Amino acid sequence: MDLIAQIEAEQVAALGKDIPDFRAGDTIRVGFKVTEGTRTRVQNYEGVCISRKNGHGIAGSFTVRKISFGEGVERVFPLHSTNIDSITVVRRGRVRRAKLYYLRARRGKSARIAENSHYKPKADASA
Amino acid sequence: MLRSGVIAKKVGMTRLFMEDGKQIPVTVLQLDKLQVVAQRTAEKDGYTAVQLGAGTAKVKRTSQAMRGHFAAAKVEPKRKVAEFRVDADAMINVGEEITADHYFEGQFVDVAGTSIGKGFAGAMKRHNFGGLRASHGVSISHRSHGSTGQCQDPGKVFKGKKMAGHMGAARVTTQNLVVVRTDTDRGLIMVKGAVPGSKGGWVTVKDAVKKPFPDNAVLPAALKSAAQAAPAEAEQKEGDA
Repeated sequence: MDLIAQIEAEQVAALGKDIPDFRAGDTIRVGFKVTEGTRTRVQNYEGVCISRKNGHGIAGSFTVRKISFGEGVERVFPLHSTNIDSITVVRRGRVRRAKLYYLRARRGKSARIAENSHYKPKADASA
Repeated sequence: MLRSGVIAKKVGMTRLFMEDGKQIPVTVLQLDKLQVVAQRTAEKDGYTAVQLGAGTAKVKRTSQAMRGHFAAAKVEPKRKVAEFRVDADAMINVGEEITADHYFEGQFVDVAGTSIGKGFAGAMKRHNFGGLRASHGVSISHRSHGSTGQCQDPGKVFKGKKMAGHMGAARVTTQNLVVVRTDTDRGLIMVKGAVPGSKGGWVTVKDAVKKPFPDNAVLPAALKSAAQAAPAEAEQKEGDA
């Protein structure tokens, strides 16, 4: 393992994030820490994960899309961000693509994702 | 106060997540067997400096002259050798090894290295020229530099005109980078932001010239011998008590 990979692995271990196994198509709820003045609270952001980038490493990120007041909103979160309080999977979706950017062009019925009722957790998955 | 810098190897870039939610892009620099190879003194050379060596070179690939030079300092052959101007009272003995806590977290440093070579580059890439238009009659010269001067008077292209040519592979200094973290065990210095050169390239790190000299900087340098002596002293004191 080269030095950079080693440093990143150490940092991932030190951050000790409990990241569930999720992929594009899953509906997830992200607890994001928001600082208002002096106090910090956790704000939930729920939507469909439409992309996961750069794997499980320190550089990993994911995009969550939701329709807020009739307007599509997308947020990109760093997977290991210290601002993320929790990630919970609400619903497993069945999709055939890794990136669901086609959802941007769709509204309503056609933007639905079928539920994956055959979800099996990976044997080697830590979470 | 002018103290020695260090020679480091650029390992690569990564990011650090801070407690307050910020992420900092850092370049990881590594000190590899960094030792003092020679001294330059006012009496002998007319100026004061230390010559440092870093890395490990194969003996059979080291020239006879350099072998003699390293032998005189009683150090192993070094891959990279560089000189750093120091004040006379910040001189370091030959053979001393410098450690990564030479810099403290939050200190500003200047990092110099050889930038990545780009070969023969056009004016757009080399000098950020705008190029010509994509349409409106421009033919085959969309990325050209355009006019290079006036007419019969002056009748020449002025010297220093920005034109296409060789780009990169030149010595570049990046000033005022912040040291984010140091790791003495592995000899790592992490500085915020990018550093000239490719991965595996050699760079020199110095105290920032455009910032006041920090009060808590280690003088003359953070040395391995001093680090080894400190715990021994502490043990002795404990023994006395």
